[in-house]
This record gives sequence, structure tokens and C-alpha cells, in this order.
Amino acid sequence: MMGGGVTAGQLEAATAPDPALAAPAQGVDVGGHILHHILDSHDLEIVLPWIKVPLPRIEIAGIDLSITKHVVFMWIVAAFLSGVFWLASRRVHESVPRGLRNLIEILIVFIREEVARKSIGPGADRFVPYLLTTFFFILTCNLAGLIPGGSTATGNISVTAGLALIAFAVIHYGGIREHGLVAHFNNLVPHGLPGWLVPIMFVLELLSALIKPFALCIRLFANMMAGHVAILAFFSLIFILSDLYSGVVGVAVSPLVIAFELFVHLLELLVAFLQAYIFTMLTANFIGMSVHPAH
Amino acid sequence: MESGAIAYLGAGIGAGIAIVGGGIGIGLLAQGAMGGIARQPQSAGTIQTAMLIAAALIEGATLLALVICVLIVLMK
Repeated sequence: MMGGGVTAGQLEAATAPDPALAAPAQGVDVGGHILHHILDSHDLEIVLPWIKVPLPRIEIAGIDLSITKHVVFMWIVAAFLSGVFWLASRRVHESVPRGLRNLIEILIVFIREEVARKSIGPGADRFVPYLLTTFFFILTCNLAGLIPGGSTATGNISVTAGLALIAFAVIHYGGIREHGLVAHFNNLVPHGLPGWLVPIMFVLELLSALIKPFALCIRLFANMMAGHVAILAFFSLIFILSDLYSGVVGVAVSPLVIAFELFVHLLELLVAFLQAYIFTMLTANFIGMSVHPAH
Repeated sequence: MESGAIAYLGAGIGAGIAIVGGGIGIGLLAQGAMGGIARQPQSAGTIQTAMLIAAALIEGATLLALVICVLIVLMK
């Protein structure tokens, strides 16, 4: 039936599962371990994989809305942020800021002055609560993933896609509220262009309005996922070496590997702050371009 | 070569080329930033902030290509 004399042995070898991908018969399955830490799961593991709490699976009208590990971590982050800001607000009537309020106020004033008011200009105060929420939520979600036993909710593309969708909605809501529905789309195209260029520019600007939130989503997701894969891959080097040679080699290499892995971990700390700031700054820029078009 | 092997080869080479582009981009950025700070040391803070922002944006594009390579490996 198959042409050219394919033997039964060749056929079986071609359809067998790829041996490189299968978990090794004995020893550590590095790929599966890394994926298990990165991806979402229906179980919540407290204090590393010893206590496994199965989470409820909810399915509404065929859409999987079950409560997964990342959802639980987003709730923890939200509760933590609410608690911290409530604690900081108890001192709001003192004229000289001290303590927790001082720390929070530095970040809030930074976002309001450098990011919101500089990018949006007049009328920025309406968007400041949204920008502050975005910044602190992304920052705390990123930092929660760096704590041992935590998992990065922003390393899930669904979460970052949701954040990007909300950014898209706020950008166009700001523009439509300021100029009206038709004038907002007219503002996409710069004035003073030759007539034949306008349709091309309109399509290009429409595409760019869709691509910008997509880039926001991918940038945050890729940075978070890549950082965690790097940390876990360095760490798995110990186990791979123990597998290949003997346990002693793994133990001997482990100080070096842990030093490397700590360096990458600290780099991820910087990246967590930077990515939260970049997301917020780009959203503020887009809102500014939409509310006060430069042309 | 089976198709699976070529896919892995493609993912590896693609990741390498993507990093080369990102590395050159951020290197040129750092060159400009160092030159600016050398000419005007008092604007070092502003230049540093702008450099970090531009580096994050370039890295975003690089990581977009890397995500595609990871997808090739993960989706058999």
C-alpha cells in the first residue's frame, strides 16, 4: 500500500513517539519539570510539591473558567495590594509622610508626574487611577513569581492578553470621549496629506492600533516566561550533570550553577520592575496620542 | 532527516539569529548612550533612563522571535 518497499520495521520507527521528547526511563525529566513550573495547572501546590490542593474546575457554556493556579495567585496579589494600600492610607492625614505611606507615595507620585502627566498632558488625572492599578498589579504579579513557591500570573498569555485588551479599551475610550466617535477615527490619519495617501495611511494606522496592544501583551508575557525558563534551565543543569555522569559531579558543580542562577534571578528582579514600568509608560503614551493627537 | 529533526534545527538556528539581531541592536544603543554620557556627564541620569526604556523595547521584539522558536519545540 505504501510505495517503494517500506518494511514493517521502518513504518513502526516512523510512527513511534520521538525518543528525544520522551522522558528518560530513569533520571530527571527536565523539559517536563520546567513546563510544569511555567504553565498553569489545576492544582495548587503549597510549600513545593508536597501538599497538592486540587482546585475546582468550572465550565460555563463550554468555556473553561476553572480556578487555576494563576487565578489564585492573581487573587492573592489583589488582596495583598489592597492590604498594603489600606495600611498606607491610614496615615494620609499627616502632613509629613512617614513609613509605608512614604514608600508608596514615591511610586505613586513618580507614575503620576513622570508617566501620566508628561505623556497625556492636560486631562491626565482621569487616567491616573487606571495607570496606577496597571503598574502595581503587573509589578506585584511579576515579583510574586520570583518568591520560591510562587508562580507568575503574568507569565500566562491569557493574563497579559486581558491586560492588553483593557489597555486597548481605555485608549479608545479616552479618544472617543474627547473627540467623538467619527473624529477619533479621523484623528488616526495625519492632516495635510495628499489625497491618494489617505486610504493607505488609514489602513496602516488601523493595523498599528491593533498591533500596539498585541505587542504590549507579547512583550510582558515573553519577558516573564523567558526569565523563568532561564532560571529553571540553569538549575536543571545540576540534575542533568548528575544524570549523565554521577551524583558527585552534580554536587561539585552546584555552587557555580547556583551562583549563575542567582545572577539571573537578580536580573529578573530588574526585569520585573522594568516591564511593569514599560507597560504603563507605553499605555500612557498611547492614551496621550489618542486624547491629544500631535497633528 | 525526519521532519521532527529539521523542526528542532530550525528552532535552534532561529533563536540564535534572533539573539544576534537583539544583541547588535542593544549594543548600538549602548554605544550611543556611552558617547552621550561621555560628552555631557551631567545628563547621565536622563540618558540612562532613556537607554533602559529603549533596551526593553528592543528586547521585546527579540523575545517575540524567541517565543516563536519555543512554540516550535513545544508543539510537536
